[in-house]
Amino acid sequence: MIELRIPLTEKDIERLNYGDEVLLNGTIFTARDKAHLFLLQNNFEKMHNSVIYHCGPIIKEGKVVSAGPTTSARLNAYTPELIKKYDIKAVIGKGGMDKTVLNALKDKAVYFAAIGGLGVIYAKSIAVKNVYQEEFGMAEAIWEFEIKDFPVIVAMDSKGNSLYEEVLEKSENRYKELIKQ
Amino acid sequence: MISKQDIVNLYRKTATEVPMDILNALKDAEKSEIDSMPKNVLRKIIENSEIAQKEAKPICQDTGTPIFYIQKDSSLDEKRILEVIEEATQAATKEIPLRNNAVDSLTNKDYGNKPLVYFEHSGLFKMDLMMKGGGSENITQIYSLPNKELNANRDLNGVEKCILDAVFKAQGKGCPPYIIGVALGGTVGSVAHLSKKELLRNVEDKNEELHEFEKRVLKNVNQLGIGPLGLGGKTTALAVKMCSSHRHPASFFVGISFGCWCLRRQSL
Repeated sequence: MIELRIPLTEKDIERLNYGDEVLLNGTIFTARDKAHLFLLQNNFEKMHNSVIYHCGPIIKEGKVVSAGPTTSARLNAYTPELIKKYDIKAVIGKGGMDKTVLNALKDKAVYFAAIGGLGVIYAKSIAVKNVYQEEFGMAEAIWEFEIKDFPVIVAMDSKGNSLYEEVLEKSENRYKELIKQ
Repeated sequence: MISKQDIVNLYRKTATEVPMDILNALKDAEKSEIDSMPKNVLRKIIENSEIAQKEAKPICQDTGTPIFYIQKDSSLDEKRILEVIEEATQAATKEIPLRNNAVDSLTNKDYGNKPLVYFEHSGLFKMDLMMKGGGSENITQIYSLPNKELNANRDLNGVEKCILDAVFKAQGKGCPPYIIGVALGGTVGSVAHLSKKELLRNVEDKNEELHEFEKRVLKNVNQLGIGPLGLGGKTTALAVKMCSSHRHPASFFVGISFGCWCLRRQSL
């Protein structure tokens, strides 16, 4: 298990390989569909060099109740530009992202897989620091979280490797055989 | 007559407890996996389910779209039931709490939560609640047979090809291992509705007519190697549940609905 502190350095990114298990510590920001558009259309200073978490949490009275990852694929279209604009060092989400994102990660950043549905486990590693664009609603607002020993898996690294591409390729071979019958 | 508190309690149980049949299937899957990645993912899933139940907290932050399936006789007033569900939904959203999951598609206005309610006539009263997550809903597919691209005809072999195609396209996006609901029929609306209703079936139950087919398709789906959360492994689905209904001679639709691993459904 690798332990890392945010802000992540270029060296941190370079040493991570797909399949590595990591415990993350430090500040991250949630962003879903609305927040991505907002971040691209505006300049949100705090986002520079940071880590994005695809998550629409449940928060009650400033405490995190449940906060697992949301499906990252919805954000494929915005992510390459976002990484470039803010020098994003890592994206945390579930289900993986496409080849355009894999290219955008090259020599710059990584994609961490969190396990979908672990709302309660992840909530225990998160404290709320702040919230921005609260008018977007609880799920779509940009939450600034302080995370402690937050468990993730490197699923797409900065060297062009992706666990999802590997699974896709294998499943495609089997799928083609089965469809032929 | 059912009370507001009964329905709030049903919401709490549904949002915080993984149904026992699904939890058992997840535990069996954990034992059957050999590689450390799928095994560890399933262990975490089981651990999260146990903590959520113990602490009465939503298993997943996406507490879904509430869908009620109600069987009742004509003595119970539908309008009154709808009012009680509406009140209970507001209360449950605040108390449990649930995430607001009803947004106006045109204006983006936040409506809190808006339940979908279906009534069916029956002598016995039954209320099923499914809280349907968005990730698994987004991978729904509807096919019209014959399908040239899949070389799929209007037979069970063709239906199986549609299911394999839907799972292949979904990969890990809808939080596998999935529960897969399938319906055959003559309109897009009916197969969308009935395939989702199949998700209410206990994963253990046996449909005499289609059980062998369901078993065969499950086995083949699990050969795709997509695995828990799409990170690879032997368990891509826990169950395939299928039903068939009449169709227009010109049409043959196959509806495929997916439940994520924490398919939340309970009944009253």
